[in-house]
Amino acid sequence: MAFDAPTFSSRDAVVCRSVGKTWAAGTRRAHEALREIDLDIKPGEFVVFLGPSGCGKSTLLYLIAGLEESTEGQTWSFGELVETPSPERSLIFQETSLFPWLTVWQNVSFGLAIRGASQAERRSVAAEALQRVGLSAAMDKRPDELSGGMRQRVAVARALAMRPKVLLMDEPFAALDVQTRARMQDFLLDVWRDSGASVLFVTHHIDEAVALADRVVVFTSRPGRIKTIFPIDLPRPRNLFSREAEAMRIQLTELLRDEVDRAFAEQEALAAAT
Amino acid sequence: MAVVSRDGDAGAAAGASRPAAATRPFEPARLVASVARLDWLAKVWWACLSVGLFAGLWELCWALGWADPQLLPPPHIFLSNFGEQGKFFNTATRWQVGNAMGEGPSAFESVMITVGATTMRVFVGLVLASVLAIGIGVAIRYWHLFDKLVLPTVTLLSPVSPIAWLPVAIFLFGIGNAPAIFMVVVALFFHMVLATINQIDGVSPNLINVARTMGASKPQIYGRVIVPAILPGMLAVLRLNLFGAWMVVLVAESTGVGYGMGQVIMLARNTFNPSLVFFTIAVIGILGFVFDWLLRLAQRRILYWLPDTKEKLRGL
Repeated sequence: MAFDAPTFSSRDAVVCRSVGKTWAAGTRRAHEALREIDLDIKPGEFVVFLGPSGCGKSTLLYLIAGLEESTEGQTWSFGELVETPSPERSLIFQETSLFPWLTVWQNVSFGLAIRGASQAERRSVAAEALQRVGLSAAMDKRPDELSGGMRQRVAVARALAMRPKVLLMDEPFAALDVQTRARMQDFLLDVWRDSGASVLFVTHHIDEAVALADRVVVFTSRPGRIKTIFPIDLPRPRNLFSREAEAMRIQLTELLRDEVDRAFAEQEALAAAT
Repeated sequence: MAVVSRDGDAGAAAGASRPAAATRPFEPARLVASVARLDWLAKVWWACLSVGLFAGLWELCWALGWADPQLLPPPHIFLSNFGEQGKFFNTATRWQVGNAMGEGPSAFESVMITVGATTMRVFVGLVLASVLAIGIGVAIRYWHLFDKLVLPTVTLLSPVSPIAWLPVAIFLFGIGNAPAIFMVVVALFFHMVLATINQIDGVSPNLINVARTMGASKPQIYGRVIVPAILPGMLAVLRLNLFGAWMVVLVAESTGVGYGMGQVIMLARNTFNPSLVFFTIAVIGILGFVFDWLLRLAQRRILYWLPDTKEKLRGL
């Protein structure tokens, strides 16, 4: 069969067509992480990737960022084929990824320094980005002087300073305590509303998905495929204690349970085999 | 209205707390400074106590007659006659043709010239080895072809003892400073290349990925992320190799350098002079200690971002 040109809107923030990824392809250790991913994400949309651990949801994020190459299919962002990383698609990691030898403002303006911007320009952009995350006072501090939550806010500021069209977030709040996490979710929603960027947010917390997402992409366990796309059509700001929110959490829990069970059985079989 | 009154309350509360802060009994910054001064004094005190204890035990053995002063002369004997020991230093200048026995530099000058010469060899060797090793280590990770061509040879040569390089040093450089410096470099270089590669491989992939998503080129990633990220580890490697350099330089100098601490030790061995051996060991010990202290100072300056984890271990 001839190759069919994929059809999609070039205005979409992210488009994946039959994307697959096999790690260590062609070797004995080869294993398939992702299979047949088709996804369309609109500009300004908040999408959460939800799935059991090891299902490849983070891998998909890395593929969209352009940090890894897919072994099947292709990804586009605003009509352009994703081949390399781009400042338009900023990635925020689970662990602290601030440069410990730079001050907060130098971290935030790292991307500008790479482009050779002047110190005055870098400082003003950093000041603006830090103001947006409420950390103006911490400009001249070093990362090790900040708490975990503050460090992640700096990481968000660093991403925002690049004026990204897509924010990719890989379990960014996983290392934070429950109270800080709730605050950070509110904070992220504010940032998202102001920036107008699309957010792709990986998590395995159902609560987090219901609190944040416009749509939740539920993944199957290995190899990761899209099990279903679940819209969260609750009005914002959300009352997470409402009956509708509770019903959605229950539905998502049901959807995930099969996959988690399957992942568990697989791991046990694997352990028994070796 | 309600908002205004709340603001007013907050202002009043802040105003009330301000005088209280001013009359606090102590200033934390000053207290920290005075504790730091005490800490420094305490360090000197413990160092003196540690050395004193060791010397005291030795003296005790001597006093009890267990340590033969002909073989193991205690500190008060080998340190007492500085002039007598000093004349064995800087043998090259002292025993130049045409110099009478009483001429030439004084004992103190001789010791200083010898110490200076050996220190210079250690320092130059260490700097050359570090620059070469970090440069080549980074290049090995930077260019894949370079890796394939160079790394096997480096790995092959790294277990070779410096002693084996000694004849090579003499073949290549004859006598003088060059072979001694070559020995220091060759003894440190291969290990430091491997250590550099090890450090580069340990850099968090997140840091590299952040730079990549911001559009950093390969040279920028190496220059702005990898090199600063490996600096702490490299300075630790440098500190360990500093002692290695001191050990090797003595071996190198004991052959045909003309003068240096190694030469003095060889002289002491050949003339059966244990006092001179221990005197030289004491001088080397002090030099090594000072070098290490200076390097630690530099480390704290360069690696300003590293927290001090030593204190955590103290609490265990």
